[in-house]
Amino acid sequence: MTAALTGAGTATAAPRKRRRRALGALAVVPLLVFTALAFGLPALAMLDGAFTVKDPATGATSYTTANLTASLQGAYLTALLGSVKLAAVSAALGALLGLPLAQAVVTSRFRALREAVLTASGVLANFGGVPLAFAFVATLGNAGVLTRRLGLTDKGWDLYSFSGLVLVYLYFLIPLMVLTITPALEGLRSQWREAARNNGATTAQYWRHVALPVLLPTLLGGFVLLFGSAFAAYATAAAMVGSSVPLVTLQIADALSGNVLVGQENVALALSLDMVLVAGLVMAVYLPLQRRSARWLA
Amino acid sequence: MARLNLWRWAVLGAAALYFLVPLAASVVFTVDVPGQGVTFDAYGRILSTDGFVTGLLLSLELAAATIAVVLLLMVPAMVALRLGVPRLRPVVEIVCALPLVVPPIAFVAGIGTVLKWGPEQLSRTPLFQTFVALQNPDFPIVLVLAYVVMALPFVYRALDAGLRAIDVPTLVEAARSCGANWPQALVRAVLPNLRGALLNASFLTLALVLGEFTVAQLLGFQPFAVWIVNVSGSQAQLSVAVSVLSLLVTWLLLLALAGVGGRTRPTSRG
Repeated sequence: MTAALTGAGTATAAPRKRRRRALGALAVVPLLVFTALAFGLPALAMLDGAFTVKDPATGATSYTTANLTASLQGAYLTALLGSVKLAAVSAALGALLGLPLAQAVVTSRFRALREAVLTASGVLANFGGVPLAFAFVATLGNAGVLTRRLGLTDKGWDLYSFSGLVLVYLYFLIPLMVLTITPALEGLRSQWREAARNNGATTAQYWRHVALPVLLPTLLGGFVLLFGSAFAAYATAAAMVGSSVPLVTLQIADALSGNVLVGQENVALALSLDMVLVAGLVMAVYLPLQRRSARWLA
Repeated sequence: MARLNLWRWAVLGAAALYFLVPLAASVVFTVDVPGQGVTFDAYGRILSTDGFVTGLLLSLELAAATIAVVLLLMVPAMVALRLGVPRLRPVVEIVCALPLVVPPIAFVAGIGTVLKWGPEQLSRTPLFQTFVALQNPDFPIVLVLAYVVMALPFVYRALDAGLRAIDVPTLVEAARSCGANWPQALVRAVLPNLRGALLNASFLTLALVLGEFTVAQLLGFQPFAVWIVNVSGSQAQLSVAVSVLSLLVTWLLLLALAGVGGRTRPTSRG
């Protein structure tokens, strides 16, 4: 793409090219200025706040790593680990369950079914949040329809627990996996399957030696993406469980609004920084995987 | 082959069960009130409940403003990348991916800190008025700013997919040699070819803003999603009714859009 553009550029006269460049840069500048203000400023404020403490007596501020240390201790550490565990478990399940569903949808002959499932996946994967939490509370909460009809409470069911949250998170993670893996599944050429069969491979051998190796980067990338999504989720958990399950997002919200202790805002910022580091790690793993999977699907 | 079909229907059936039962149960929950039998009272009450209309209107206004700002920022920049400044392409790509690295809750923590500078340090400067205006509860501009940032990855992907399908330099050259000036070439030649991508980007942004809860709640505003949560304490049935309706309406609108503008695929993180 870049090569085509520079090719077109050299064809035109030099002064026009220069003017076009200036115009082009001018069109990009507002976007960069806007993000510097609306995104850069809060990000810097978070970074700065994470490393400052304010002396309540004098009002003087000083730089320290105390907030970060505090954010990795006690209840905060429990919450951070709880979030990581919840994200890992639900992302693994979401990836494992999303793959067969995507394969069933991709190979389906009914175009309407595919469109409906893929669009529904888009809605559920991105915009579930609060409505999703309430749908599950109405279904499996303490006074939920299924809970009452089937007497689930007596059998030890509790939606407001770790496994309850996993069940709810899967409702947006499976669709996210379907969306992520569908292009890769569509890229599996039927010639590969035929070639494998001509060489005497069974279906299982085809999947083991051909399809899965091609899909592996996408699968891993999908898992990482799901992990990030589950890790960052706040609305669903906040609307559903309050704070009965320790999660880092809930802790940040509590600390920000001063629900627990006054003066924990800077620890909240340090926790936010922890989250950004984890999310950054996630992206650092995801991007190379995505690039690798794109190689086969061109 | 028969075995394969059986396997496929088993998977689809299980998925349908998992995804449809909560929706169906929610509908039952809203119409089957214990002690009253079947009643559609919860749906009838939605419009008359305090805060619904103002919350929804606020969300729609925020969505309109967000869509306008994000498209005004992104469309010229993305077209320019195709035309003459490919060297800026990685920069824009990174800028539009950055919001994915900062979870909404961390982002709002940062915004809250910046907003606190207003009363603490700037109260004697003219900037203070800006901070007050940003947080006007009738129309919190700060939410628009935050939502534009959060929409950047979606909009980037939608526009990139649309631009990939057309040859922008040729279109612009053609328009220019027919005597169009730059704005004309952009508005009359490039934008009509991007209709699907623009619709897609607008709709994703609309859905994002309508469902957004984290930033609005923690900054203390009350658009639609926050209202649902606040009302759930006293009127559980009503909140579930509104939730189900909003999920279904979003889905139907996206489906309609897929019918109009070709295949929609909003791949990203929530």
